[in-house]
Amino acid sequence: MRLLTHNMLINPMKGMEGAFPLKLFPTKVTKEEVKFNSAFIVNLLPKIDYKALQYAATTVGIKDLPSELPKKIDQEEHDALLKKLHHILLEVHVEEGKLVCPKSSREFTIKQGIPNMRLNEDEV
Amino acid sequence: LDIGCGSGLSGEVLSENDHIWVGVDISKAMLGVAVEREVLGDLVYADAGDGLMFRPGSFDACISISAIQWLCNADKTSHIPKRRIKAFFVSLYRCLRKGARAVMQFYPENAEQTSMLTNGAQAAGFSGGLVVDYPNSTKAKKYFLCLVAGEPNTRLDLPKAMDDDGVEVPQDTVLFTSSKPERRKKYARDKDGKRVPVKSRKWIVKKKQSARLAGKRTKSDSKYTGRRRGPKF
Repeated sequence: MRLLTHNMLINPMKGMEGAFPLKLFPTKVTKEEVKFNSAFIVNLLPKIDYKALQYAATTVGIKDLPSELPKKIDQEEHDALLKKLHHILLEVHVEEGKLVCPKSSREFTIKQGIPNMRLNEDEV
Repeated sequence: LDIGCGSGLSGEVLSENDHIWVGVDISKAMLGVAVEREVLGDLVYADAGDGLMFRPGSFDACISISAIQWLCNADKTSHIPKRRIKAFFVSLYRCLRKGARAVMQFYPENAEQTSMLTNGAQAAGFSGGLVVDYPNSTKAKKYFLCLVAGEPNTRLDLPKAMDDDGVEVPQDTVLFTSSKPERRKKYARDKDGKRVPVKSRKWIVKKKQSARLAGKRTKSDSKYTGRRRGPKF
């Protein structure tokens, strides 16, 4: 599970709107290279919840993200920053661990990089 | 977003086209195969009928191959198909950014399933329509639900359906509207209050539209539709 996906993931249970981001407890993390596409990252940034990304990055040991993103991103000027964000969003994989809903404390395990978001019958 | 991504066949096509994708599937076994194949997309083990688990506006597009027909089945006594279909389409509409498109190929068992899905999509706020390739072939016939998450009545240029010789069929495209469906009256009254046949032209046109939504081959409407036929001789 990439950190990009973690940035989009919410608890699908009823009444859990706003329970974001899911708390991340990784036990196994890997890195895999992905081709850098500057334009893609620039277009992606408005969608990213930056605070949630900073949180997720610290859980996998990345602490050197800037405290906030520049208001206007320029592909050339901010090349280094974009490459760093590319790495954090797309190249870091949480293989094992768990996600915990901040509201209900419901746990979702991550195995082989796949979070188990299946709900029990009484949770639907 | 790839709904029912399974072993990642469709996902590989997405990756080949340089898309970053997330796949959702209800089968642990199929996802296991996808992991073995080292697909590049992220996988989520979940039931789409429970409602999708992503923030609003997360995705730029959605595809689905041979998956959403399973929403029409009730695999457990607790499942109510219409409720699952609603949960799916409402959450999908929310997860897509404004103007994003979703194209879903599915295998309906019957016209009722097609109706359930198209109505579910429409009720969730999607515009778009149904495209049926090779409508005359039992083997090659394929249904595609082509949707856009936009304003009501957003015009979506539906892809033209294919027919037997690989030639595009100039069929009527099926478009959703946001007008409320009319209640069918048992008896109609004209302006003098006289009882008048119910099967007016208006009624016939409406019936044909619902046949189109169910994926049936229907002649296009013209000035002759519902016109009084003169004496035979």
